[in-house]
Amino acid sequence: MSGTFVGMPAFPKAAHDAVRNTTLRANLRHATHTIRDKRARAVAELDDWAQLREAGKQIKDHTLRHLEHYLVQLEESVTAAGGTVHWAADADEANRIVTRLVRDTGESEVVKVKSMATQEIGLNEHLEAEGIHAYETDLAELIVQLGDDRPSHILVPAIHRNRGEIRDIFEKEMGRWGRPAPDGLSDTPAELAEAARLHLREKFLRAKVGVSGANFMVAETGTLVVVESEGNGRMCLTLPETLISVVGIEKIVPTWRDLEVFLQTLPRSSTAERMNPYTSMWTGTSDGDGPQTFHLVLIDNGRTDTLADEVGRQALRCIRCSACLNVCPVYERAGGHAYGSVYPGPIGAILSPQLRGTTSDIDASLPYASSLCGACYEVCPVAIDIPEVLVHLRERVVQGGEVTRRGAKVTLKPAKGHAAERAAMRAARWAFTHPAALATGQRLASRTRRFHPRTLPGPGRAWTATRDLPAIPAEPFRDWWQRTDGGKDAGK
Amino acid sequence: MSSRDVILGRVRRALGGPAAPPTSYDTDIDRGYRREHGERTVEQTVDLLAENLADYRAIVHRADSGELPELIAWLLAARGARTVLVPPGLPPEWLSAADPTRVHDRADSTAAELDRVESVVTGCAVAVAETGTLVLDASPDQGRRRITLVPDHHIVVVRVPDQVVSAVPQALERLDPTRPLTWISGPSATSDIELDRVEGVHGPRTLEVILVSGD
Repeated sequence: MSGTFVGMPAFPKAAHDAVRNTTLRANLRHATHTIRDKRARAVAELDDWAQLREAGKQIKDHTLRHLEHYLVQLEESVTAAGGTVHWAADADEANRIVTRLVRDTGESEVVKVKSMATQEIGLNEHLEAEGIHAYETDLAELIVQLGDDRPSHILVPAIHRNRGEIRDIFEKEMGRWGRPAPDGLSDTPAELAEAARLHLREKFLRAKVGVSGANFMVAETGTLVVVESEGNGRMCLTLPETLISVVGIEKIVPTWRDLEVFLQTLPRSSTAERMNPYTSMWTGTSDGDGPQTFHLVLIDNGRTDTLADEVGRQALRCIRCSACLNVCPVYERAGGHAYGSVYPGPIGAILSPQLRGTTSDIDASLPYASSLCGACYEVCPVAIDIPEVLVHLRERVVQGGEVTRRGAKVTLKPAKGHAAERAAMRAARWAFTHPAALATGQRLASRTRRFHPRTLPGPGRAWTATRDLPAIPAEPFRDWWQRTDGGKDAGK
Repeated sequence: MSSRDVILGRVRRALGGPAAPPTSYDTDIDRGYRREHGERTVEQTVDLLAENLADYRAIVHRADSGELPELIAWLLAARGARTVLVPPGLPPEWLSAADPTRVHDRADSTAAELDRVESVVTGCAVAVAETGTLVLDASPDQGRRRITLVPDHHIVVVRVPDQVVSAVPQALERLDPTRPLTWISGPSATSDIELDRVEGVHGPRTLEVILVSGD
């Protein structure tokens, strides 16, 4: 149902179209401003925020440095607690494993907790093709799924839809998938939530298989943690007989105690609450309580390639809070779809090109989907220096170089379309290392400045289409400096 | 080669060879953050819990242990509840004054059966004042996770001050990770539609908390 991102145009084209959608811009502006103000208040309540942020960063960095150890420890703990651990090197393998596990139960439908990892691997589409229907049970994911749409935000995936649009989607589509929307459904959020409650309850009560992700996995104890608000997560995690959790290998924390950091920073950063309404923690299976069969599918899908990049690996610290989206001036105007991946916004701009490589147009354009203002770094609860990684990835796109893809070192060629930029940079390097030529050029430019065009010809046109060319001064700075002795004879 | 070996091999290469065991864990992490925020007396901590629960739309009541049965009976009557779910180890006196038919959660009871019950009464394992959170750990006075999820009305009894801690780090210390744990901060809620908060999507739409003192 929900569309994939195959064939997405590169960010500049997608953003160009999105910013002309006034409904989208109004929905996004309202949402991002509301949540960023609330977040600032929630964070201000804790006077040790800086220390919590630093500890979160250190815990994640330590885990990544010793990832092999903690993965093996996690596997042992989960197995000892009655679960079964599976390993998936890429999306295809993860999808095949989940399909086989569902088939083994004899069921043809599953209920799902909202999960970025299963979106990343396109699990719903894969299951559908195999004759297994996956029901999204998070309200926003339901809106997206029923509307045959794509999520546009990590936390509130239907943020691009307003209440009127949601009412129309429910009226039109709910009946096709189960209990139809009540007659005369209004567009108040309470009535819409009630319609979702009734529609989904019949699915929860008969579901035999649940599929989830996890926010954290504790290596020491084998505990998985899901943080949510609505209770659809609790439904999927406790009512079915079989639970399959699909989790990225970077979601590990070493010890039980480490949760004390993230359970303080995650809710305040994401929904701006002191604590989200529901958090579920389970360790393997428990006699008579919850699913009696538990599978954990650990996925790589580009994460080890990201780990191999010393600058870029910090993106793996991400706890998917989405604070960076809500402060980003680019996200606020372009919306989540323009990023062409399940991870939108600033984190998506550094994570997607690393997980997927920078060879496609959309991935090569993502490191440029930013003004480098740094607001994302300021709010990140694990201190990911997103601007640093963006610049690092831009360099890789323009210059190419050695990267790791699917575990093997490969040498990337410079991306096409950056030839003019590279030529300009080479010319600049030559000019700056030949002072006499530079001085001549500058004097020439000043003398002919009346005749300069307002836009550049040739490949430079793309640059000046959205910018004004800087005006050239009547006299080069260095000539002025010599003539006036550094301004001492100013005015002469 | 299995995918497990593939992934672990890639991790090793990404980090430049086999990693030493993480002996540095204690020194790597600077835990300079607080165990709790601000200084409070025991009473102030309980007050803060009440305040933060109410802020997230839980309905908070206070009682001493002698008043508890009457209060529970009254709350169930005010809802018009005809049936109430009872975890196996709930102290019998808590419901001694209540009229509704008691429904006991059995291993073979289906989710659809639970769906027909109107209210549930449980204890809790620990409550966190700074965040307004109740934690259930499936002990006998709380029952299986599903019984506090499917009915629309949940009454939680918190023994104060014994079961109350100030902050999240202190709560984790008290909990046993091998038990299934549910942290509850206010009733079920969603903000998915234009970020307007709506209570009650799938979990209980009404959460009532009784802070009970005395023995």
